[in-house]
Amino acid sequence: MRRLALIAVPYIWLLALFLVPFLIVLKISLSDIAMAIPPYTPTLDLTEGWEGLKDFFSNLDFDNYIFLTTDDLYWKAYLSSFKIAVIATFLTLLVGYPIAYGMAAAPDHWRPTLMMLVILPFWTSFLIRVYSWIGILSNEGYLNQLLLSLGIISSPLTILNTNVAVYIGIVYTYLPFMILPIYAALERMDGSLLEAAEDLGCSRITAFWLVTFPLSKNGIIAGCFLVFIPTIGEFVIPSLLGGSRTLMIGKVLWEEFFNNRDWPVASAVAVILLLLLIIPIILFQRNEQKQREAEG
Amino acid sequence: MSQTVFEPWNDPQAKPLIQFKNVTKRFGDFTAIDNQTFDIYEREFFALLGPSGCGKTTMMRMLAGFEKVTEGKILLAGQDMAPIPPNKRAVNMMFQSYALFPHLSVWENIAFGLKRDKKPKDEITDRVAQMLKLTRLEKFAQRKPHQISGGQRQRVALARSLAKAPKLLLLDEPLGALDAKLRQDTQFELVDIQEKTGTTFVIVTHDQEEAMTVATRVAVMDDGKIMQADTPANIYERPNSVYVADFIGDVTIIEGRATKTGDGYDIAFAEGQPTLHAESSKTFQNGQSCHLAIRPEKVAITADKPDTRNALKGTILDIAYLGNLSTYHVRLETGQIVKAQTANTRRLSRRNFTWEDTVWLSWTDTAAVLLEG
Amino acid sequence: MRRVTWFNATSLTLGFAFLYLPMVILIIYSFNESKLVTVWAGFSTKWYGELLSNQSFLDAAWVTVKVAVMSSSIATVLGTMAALVLVRSGRFSGRTLFSGMIYAPLVMPEVITGLSLLLLFIGLNIDRGVMTIVLAHTTFSMCFVSVVVSSRLVSFDRSLEEAALDLGCSQMQAFFLVTLPIIAPAVISGWLLAFTLSLDDLVIASFTAGPSSTTLPIKIWSSIRLGLSPEINALSTLMIAVVTVGVITASLISKRGSLKRQADERAAET
Repeated sequence: MRRLALIAVPYIWLLALFLVPFLIVLKISLSDIAMAIPPYTPTLDLTEGWEGLKDFFSNLDFDNYIFLTTDDLYWKAYLSSFKIAVIATFLTLLVGYPIAYGMAAAPDHWRPTLMMLVILPFWTSFLIRVYSWIGILSNEGYLNQLLLSLGIISSPLTILNTNVAVYIGIVYTYLPFMILPIYAALERMDGSLLEAAEDLGCSRITAFWLVTFPLSKNGIIAGCFLVFIPTIGEFVIPSLLGGSRTLMIGKVLWEEFFNNRDWPVASAVAVILLLLLIIPIILFQRNEQKQREAEG
Repeated sequence: MSQTVFEPWNDPQAKPLIQFKNVTKRFGDFTAIDNQTFDIYEREFFALLGPSGCGKTTMMRMLAGFEKVTEGKILLAGQDMAPIPPNKRAVNMMFQSYALFPHLSVWENIAFGLKRDKKPKDEITDRVAQMLKLTRLEKFAQRKPHQISGGQRQRVALARSLAKAPKLLLLDEPLGALDAKLRQDTQFELVDIQEKTGTTFVIVTHDQEEAMTVATRVAVMDDGKIMQADTPANIYERPNSVYVADFIGDVTIIEGRATKTGDGYDIAFAEGQPTLHAESSKTFQNGQSCHLAIRPEKVAITADKPDTRNALKGTILDIAYLGNLSTYHVRLETGQIVKAQTANTRRLSRRNFTWEDTVWLSWTDTAAVLLEG
Repeated sequence: MRRVTWFNATSLTLGFAFLYLPMVILIIYSFNESKLVTVWAGFSTKWYGELLSNQSFLDAAWVTVKVAVMSSSIATVLGTMAALVLVRSGRFSGRTLFSGMIYAPLVMPEVITGLSLLLLFIGLNIDRGVMTIVLAHTTFSMCFVSVVVSSRLVSFDRSLEEAALDLGCSQMQAFFLVTLPIIAPAVISGWLLAFTLSLDDLVIASFTAGPSSTTLPIKIWSSIRLGLSPEINALSTLMIAVVTVGVITASLISKRGSLKRQADERAAET
């Protein structure tokens, strides 16, 4: 009895506020836009009973999905989100790996502090962290001021409102997600392994490539997924740092919904986005599972 | 004045405190306890001994109420335990991990069960003080579990489980987490406390020395069954099966065929070897296959052929020097290894035998135990 | 792996400079006299004054705190229950769906979560306001709480609960007297995480907020979309300061706790 209540309360909550809303999105994605409130048809009218239900289902169609394939804005946005996420993930790995490596190599008594320094930005507002780059990257921004005064450039660089700014923003905000799993993998590594490798004739660099890097592979994979998955649907960064030509699907969805008030198309965009995300999510889960099993 | 021996299991008048009646416990397809019937008496210190996975912990968890019996019944003082949940049983348990509540002080840990019974305040205070005194923990009452040593933690766990004065105390590997030296002292302390409180103890252990030291009776378990339940001396001297003989202590097992002769049996075990003789109250058919179990310390080792019925010739294969004792592994011509143990009353340099020496092994007619094949 | 080399020292220095420089610049320029954020015109705290006298910011801050406290508290209760179900309940029909619903919101793009909840509220004709944001935040943050709490429950020694039952506790008493006090640190971190997620959220709040319930991130968003603003710099500085003080205090407390524990344990064994 008590067990049933324990299961039922969170279960019903999630059904009502997670699964049902998602089913509504799915349903609306199959509806047509209408000049009404709510702005789509058909709406389910249960007062008409069975006939109403039949009528309701016969009016659902895949028109919105067909529309998504005909207007190249959408598939370009999906493709561009994917491209930006891949590149940004790779850049985050390039920046994050040396930091994680440095942390793992640091003396024991430094580590809690270094850990805290990596986690601290995570607790501060995401919005503010993205915002802080506007002042740096804008045409009159601090970076351009610095470069101009040093005489490195003669006219200001345009970085803000380009994809470059989006990459910087993503690397900056998602860096802790990359550092932490890699650090966790490196930290667990037995130091005598490197000594053994060197004892067997490896140079430091070959020892890194043959021992350290493969052993941190799971951390790298986990970190990459943790950056890649949320980046695909990112909205704030492309809106604030990207330009009008920065196409990301999260931004398209937002605009479709709030600016065009085309709920059916926005819903269809959401459904496709989720379908695309399922693959990396499953891969990520599998990687985690494998790692758990390996640890016994 | 002769002291009466504590042997309620031999007294047909004695009423058992705990009765297992055809108890079977299954987890899915796996049978953990296989149709067991036995009794435990009041004031007993009963040890369940066996390798891991033999079902001894399941047995104990059924007594505590954490596992339900699949078939059969467990009675406590004549009452069926099945419908009584763990928190209503007059049975307490000392956990292997001690399970001390880390957020409560030693005092609060011991008082925990008493508070659940809504006992009056001063009664609780008195009882806890009594328990602290019994376990010599008075000085540590206000400490938290992580602020005391392993041995002290063990005593807190004992005090906590005894505080409610249970009819039956279950101890799951109570000394498993202590180091060897501390374990020995604690064994005697445990016996002492058991005698002082008069509580019936059931202990689960995989350590035979521990079981032999503390218990009035030891139940040797294997594969969900009690193989033998008897006093430590009987378990050692009169094992009823090859399994028990082999599990407890060191033993040499010789396989052969029995022929009735006089008070015992002659055992032919190999071509070209003399027959051995062992007295036994068991009945064997002529030619029935049997096992002869012989403890190494009962085997004498000599250079010359001794004048006894049980004498075998062999060469020394290995010598295990244990300080006080030496165990010789002697190989007979048949390849059979027989172990013999001698006390090292002399210095090592004067030892009589060394590797590859040809020696004679001998023992008396009553030294070996004849077991069914 | 203890090798302090030039390479390691450099990568750490550059890495942390990258992580912290933008925030440091933000903080410095929040004390800038000029309205032009990128041009230094002398030290001044006037933007803090302006910020604190701006009623709309104060209102938004109040709404945000209200939402965060309510949603993180409900999420902690629900998330702890969900963790107990995940770790303890074994098999039951619908378990796969349940764990799916716990893990999905962790990776669900916020735009989708926001959109779907908005469509639900509209479908049910619920007026959007503080309550709808609380419902939305509770739903996604309870999943984070349950992940944090279940990772603690996995390593929880079940014999502690059995000991409580053995000593006469009911199941409920065993949970409240033994389990909950012991897992309290994980429950508290779950609450803090839920609280921070709620404070921080822009996207889901934008979908589920009504006109009368503007949260701080929504307010910040609408002003920074128009460009840099010295008031936002001041606000950011205050928020960073609060978080920094909080995190450092928390880590000092936990460090002192663990040092004391180590010392106790060493003292106990001698």
